[in-house]
Formats: sequence, C-alpha cells, structure tokens
Amino acid sequence: MKEILEILQADGRLTPRQIATMLNRDEAEVAATIKDMEEKKIILGYFTLINWDKVKGERVSAIIEVKLSPQREVGFDAIAERIYRFPEVGSVRLMSGSYDLSVMINGRTLQEVAYFVSNKLATIENVISTCTHFVLKTYKYHGTILDDAEEDRRLVVTP
Amino acid sequence: MTVTTDWRRKLNPVVRDIPPSGIRRFFDLVSEMKGVISLGVGEPDFVTPWHIRESCVYSLEKGYTHYTSNHGLLELREEIVRDMEGNYKVSYNPLNEILITVGVSEALDLAMRALLCPGDEILIPEPSYVSYAPCATLSGARPVYLKTSVENGFQVTPEMVEKAITPATKVLLLCYPNNPTGATIGRGQLLEIMEVVKQHDLIVISDEIYDKLTYTGKHTCIPSLPGMRERTILLNGFSKSYAMTGWRVGYAAGNPDFIEAMKKIHQYTALCAPITGQSAALEALKNGRSQMNNMVEHYNRRRRLALQAFEEMGLPCFEPGGAFYAFPDITGTGLTSEEFAGELLKEAKVAVVPGNAFGEQGEGFVRCAYATSVEELSEAFQRMRRFVRRRLGRGKVLTGSFGKPEPLKEGIFQTL
Repeated sequence: MKEILEILQADGRLTPRQIATMLNRDEAEVAATIKDMEEKKIILGYFTLINWDKVKGERVSAIIEVKLSPQREVGFDAIAERIYRFPEVGSVRLMSGSYDLSVMINGRTLQEVAYFVSNKLATIENVISTCTHFVLKTYKYHGTILDDAEEDRRLVVTP
Repeated sequence: MTVTTDWRRKLNPVVRDIPPSGIRRFFDLVSEMKGVISLGVGEPDFVTPWHIRESCVYSLEKGYTHYTSNHGLLELREEIVRDMEGNYKVSYNPLNEILITVGVSEALDLAMRALLCPGDEILIPEPSYVSYAPCATLSGARPVYLKTSVENGFQVTPEMVEKAITPATKVLLLCYPNNPTGATIGRGQLLEIMEVVKQHDLIVISDEIYDKLTYTGKHTCIPSLPGMRERTILLNGFSKSYAMTGWRVGYAAGNPDFIEAMKKIHQYTALCAPITGQSAALEALKNGRSQMNNMVEHYNRRRRLALQAFEEMGLPCFEPGGAFYAFPDITGTGLTSEEFAGELLKEAKVAVVPGNAFGEQGEGFVRCAYATSVEELSEAFQRMRRFVRRRLGRGKVLTGSFGKPEPLKEGIFQTL
C-alpha cells in the first residue's frame, strides 16, 4: 500500500497497470487497493503541482498565524471548521507554540487577502489576534523544488 | 622555414592503433541533434543526494583543499572496509590493502598495468564494457574474449574459461552485474569458475561497480568465495550506487603487495584522488544507505516497465538482474544494431547504443539505459514502438520463450 502511495504521490497520472508492472504485482490487485484507499479517504484526490510563479496573472498567498481562545468541549475544532470552509482558505493546521492555527489563504490581490483577514477571519468569535505573512516566493512545495536547478545535465550518450 | 611534424608517425603505435570507442562514434552523431530522448546514458539520472553535496561544501568551508595520502583518506578507507565487512563478510586492512583511485576507470588501468606484461593474455567476457580491452592493449597484453550469449544468460561458464586458457593467460576479468547486458551471476556458477581459476593460478580482476544495483538474487562478492580473497583484485566505486559519476572516486582492494604496485603507478600519475570527491564519498558511505536504497528501488521499478514495454513492442529482451541497462534483441527488424540505433535516432529521435559497441557478441542488440524518469521512458518507448512496428518481421523469425514478436496491442505507455 505504501509503495503505491509513494508512486502516486510522485506521479498521479500512472495507471494501475503501470504501477502493477513497476511493483511486480497483479493489475487487478493494484486497482482494488487504490479504490479501497480512495474509499477510506487515504487518497483524497489527484492534483497537478503547478508553479504559479511562472504563470502570468495576479495571485497572492499568505500564511496567517491565528491565536484563539479554545471553546469548551470542542477545543479549537469548531473554529477551525468555520475557517476552513471559506473557499479562499488553502490549508488550516493546529500548531504548537506561540499561536494556534496556521491558515494559508490564496487571493488575487493584496486587498482581497487583507479584506478576508480583517472582515472574515479576525471577526470570528474566539479569534484573539492574527498575524499575516505574505508569501514572496515559493522555492519548494509538496516535496518538489520549484526552480530548474536539478535539470538533467547528463550527456546524451555515455559509456 | 616551417617544419611540419607528422604527429601520426610520432604517436605510440599501440595508442594509434586502438580504435575509438563505438559509443563515442555514436555520441558524435547524437550530439548534433535536438529533441532527442536518450536511453544511451550510462549513469544515474538522480543528482548526488543533497546531504552528500552539502558535506562536500562543508569540507571546502573547513579548508579541506590539500593532497591526501597516495592511498587516499584513511577515514574513507576505514569506512570502505567496514562497508565490505558488513555487506560481504570480507575483511581488508585499511592501511595497506585499499587504494582510493580516480574512479574505477583509474583503478582498472592501474590494476592492468601493475599485472600485465607484453605477451600476457587476459580473458574478458563479451559483450563487455568498452574500456576493458583497450586498457589491456595499452598494457601490452592481449585481450581474449569469452563469448557469452543470451542463451547462457550472458554468463561466463567454467568451460569457456577452461577452453580459453593458454600458458600466457594471467587474468580473468569479471563484471557482474554487467554493463551492457545487466546480467548477474549466481554464487554456484561463480564457485565453479573459481575452481578453474585456482587450478590454473589465474588472478581475477573483479569490477563490482554495479554490486548494489542487484534486483534479482543476491550479489556475490568474488573475494568472499573460499580461497579467492588472495587472488582477486576488487574494483568498486561510488559512481553508480550513489549517483556520483562526476566526482570520480573509486577504489581497489586486494593483496598488499599488489596494492603497493598499483600505488606506485598512481603516485607517479594521479598522485591521489581529489579530496573533495573523497570527502563526499565518506559522507555517502556513512549516511547514504537509505538514499541509495531508494534510488535502487526506482531503478527496479523502471526495469520492470522497460521489460514490459519491450515485450509489448515485440522485441525479445533478456531480463537484466542488475545495473540499469536493458539489452533487447533487435534482429527481428532485419537491421544491424548500428542501423537500428542510427535509424531510430533519425526517425524517432531516441538514442540507444548499438550493441556492437560492446564487441561482436553485442551485435543484434541495443543497450537501453532505464536510469531515466518514467515520463521520459514513456515517451521513448512510445516512439520506439511505432518505429519497431514498421520493421518487425523483416529479420529472422523470433520464437521460443525468449522471442515473442507479438502482441502489438495497446501498450503500457499508451495512456501517458
């Protein structure tokens, strides 16, 4: 199972047949394992990793540190849920340390992000404070280095 | 008045008469073309793992920029000894039984020059890596080829060795897993060959550069066989297993008198291997095992994809048990290996190496390195498939378990 996940994480386009060949397994068995992992929500989706810095058009990302006062019985979960339901929110993580939630959001402009933080996020009850960090450049994402530093520099034919 | 020197006449005739590598001829052709997908590259597509590169940068920051001992860094030699003890239960003395060299290429040259005299014969399995025979010739010795074939799994047999031995035979060279075939050899077979070696008092040069890249079975390290440690010079390095081809670090392990003889040539020519490479190699051995295992696993997956793709395109392919080369039989196309590689390059822009670059026994085959990303392999095999489809059936009829000219149904890479 772990091997299949590793292969799919590196390239989600590979077919069960190709994965079965790579792992010397039966195709039907691989297809069934993938389906099972999808049903169990281990595999949640198949994405394309894009370097948005290379795409023309406006796009702003920010990481927001959010301090909360936890709610009785549900702790941070209920507020986290209120936050992650916003479509502009890319990720929400509960953190240890000097703040509680790390919220990543994507917008078209700086103003759009500022509006979301001041009018949507900061106004939620139990949110004590926010600290917004705009992303200036992404170097590595999802385990992939986003510049061209490690291109294939080998000769075309070698002994 | 200008006097023109005829350099060709001045050259050492031994060097002058050595033909250029068949791979080099093909390289000149390929290098003029654009958009080529290469399966001709005999090196990992992985860049050296970052922690190895980083440790090298650190060593430079700390000022490790000087000569090392002719033998190489003692710490590296000690680590090599530990590695071999752990992997193969063979012990060497790091003080006088290990020599760090500029890649296995230098180790091979030193071993041959220290061993071979004009008139000596060295047995070399064929198909073989392109350097073996020229190195022997440069030593004044005569290479004698052991002609392996797909029918015997490209393995040397005791009978082949026995038959080739003459009073002039001094050395048997072995390289398993093998370049270009990917063949491996079992312990049982090696034990039988070693009996012949001992009986005729031969020395074995064992090039074990692909030892870690073994996918089927377990690699047998020749000095670990009974009575072989004292008559084997083992060559190994970091290029293939740790993706360190450009660092040029290799080593030789063997009898102290012999290592001393190799060191004499080494100290008057290279002096020592570059310290930066040696520092990086030390880090590779100390902390690189998991990264190496990860790369080997990737090669193995691609190996299976390559085999499946060749089966689907109708080219019978010997199953490689090691290294990162597939060696499909292309005789069904009616083309020679050079014609196949040349036409494939021109028509489909896929570079493979003609089998005859590795000697007569490689004719009828091409070497395809699968140390390339799945995406590149996918595109290369799709192009090859279209190329082969138009030509299959023009050559000899392929039958038996090894030859399966059909089916040409939907290919494994069709969907990508």
